[in-house]
Amino acid sequence: MNQPKTDKSSGGVQAAYHALLASGRFMIQRCADCRRPVFYPREVCPHCGGIRLEWTQPCGEGTVYAVTTVRRKADAGGAYNVSLIDLDEGVRLMSRVEGLAVDDVRTGQRVRARVVVSNGVGLVVFDPLDSKGPTT
Amino acid sequence: MSASLRELRGSVAVAGVAIFGCGEAHGYTEMEVLARAAHGAVADAGLKLTDIDGLCTASVGATMWPMPVAEYLGIRPTFINGTMLGGSSFVAHLLSALLALQAHQCNAVLVCYGSTQRTAQFGRKEVEAGRKFVDPQPYEHPYAPMLPLSAYALAASRHMHQYGTTRRHLAEVAVAARAWAAKNPEAFMRDALTIEDVLDSRMISDPLTVRDACLVTDGGGAYVLVRAERARELPKKAVYVLGNGTALWHRQISSMPDLTVTAATQSGRAAYQMAGMTAKDIDVVQLYDAFTINTLLFLEDLGFCRKGEAGAFVENGGIAPGGRLPVNTNGGGLSCTHPGMYGVFTMIEAVRQLRGECGERQVAGARTAIAHGNGGTLSSQSTAILGTDDVL
Repeated sequence: MNQPKTDKSSGGVQAAYHALLASGRFMIQRCADCRRPVFYPREVCPHCGGIRLEWTQPCGEGTVYAVTTVRRKADAGGAYNVSLIDLDEGVRLMSRVEGLAVDDVRTGQRVRARVVVSNGVGLVVFDPLDSKGPTT
Repeated sequence: MSASLRELRGSVAVAGVAIFGCGEAHGYTEMEVLARAAHGAVADAGLKLTDIDGLCTASVGATMWPMPVAEYLGIRPTFINGTMLGGSSFVAHLLSALLALQAHQCNAVLVCYGSTQRTAQFGRKEVEAGRKFVDPQPYEHPYAPMLPLSAYALAASRHMHQYGTTRRHLAEVAVAARAWAAKNPEAFMRDALTIEDVLDSRMISDPLTVRDACLVTDGGGAYVLVRAERARELPKKAVYVLGNGTALWHRQISSMPDLTVTAATQSGRAAYQMAGMTAKDIDVVQLYDAFTINTLLFLEDLGFCRKGEAGAFVENGGIAPGGRLPVNTNGGGLSCTHPGMYGVFTMIEAVRQLRGECGERQVAGARTAIAHGNGGTLSSQSTAILGTDDVL
């Protein structure tokens, strides 16, 4: 259980989340009161109203819940994937699946998180897990 | 549902409705379009703007919108509701207005909206660009979903995955809306549209094409509410408010618990309970069809068919003229008008149907109607049940 600084000098949890991402670390929260996972990062627990939210490192694996392909024109960069991913911890986030043709991203597909850091800004994307199935 | 809301069933009525500038309103501002719609609705009610002492309104852009509207119309309202829930707002304003009228906080409420997003210099694209700063979604925007459309596309993809719904089912919704629009001289797009036309149209964000998406038009709409006893003395046939419920479950599509079940389940239940009715009692249905998937989701969530079965329900013209259920009889947001927020137009078309004013598209003998508004990315839902004096 990592517990990054969350005192007043470091600002709120959104800034803390993005600072962690920028250092290559993808963290979610867990409520110390109701024990439920929380994403996106919040100052109060949306399940029980508690305020004792702790950072926790997800296992990084998840399942594609819903998929779309934004049909951007080729001269503007071409089509790209936008997906909703259910992490195994039980939270959902928007992201994109890379390493597959956009038309090959499927609902139900197992994926693994990867943090991309570019110009000091981190972003969580997902790669397909081995088609043989999820790791144990 | 408290007993007291049930007791307020039918205590307030819509006395006037109007639209203005739907389609293209070249050279008009959104306030001017709103004002003409407001004036039209008040005149339709047999009243004057000076009779209005309650105001409900919301704007896509201006956050303090009731102020300039009250100033422009020259009214000093004793009841004001500027709640902004997206496109459902003008249905959601209903219950608070009903309560204010019953408490005699006011005597005549004007609910009004106007937009010139199609023709204005500062139109839809500029508003969407500005929204990234004034309404940030830092956990979605980095992935560049084409909002709001991509959010509805994700819901459609999940419905297809889970229930076997097809693009052809979605196309049925667009084709039915167009067939109704063909009967409505006020509709913006009235030319013939086939399933194949929809399937072959330009994909924007899979599985939604440009023909699965609502129009981008200008337009204003307004309606006037008074207590039922007063409505009976006014010139137009009174249309009574039998029930209204509003629900709000999320803002961002990534925070929606189940993309196949909307908060319309909750808003619908509240409205039906207040009205003492079920889906079987409804003669004509107006659903906020920002995208074709909306109509399928709301048919299910409002109880017109079971979850997952809306695709089959709309097959073979199921909601088109002559089908099993008249849905979006004006042509909807898909083919009639969609000036940024469409909710007020679900109310106006429901009232017109219950008055019997709809000409070629009139649903014979309609005594009850649902007007259902949606806002954000399937975020807020508001359901109104209206009826004639036959069902009081």
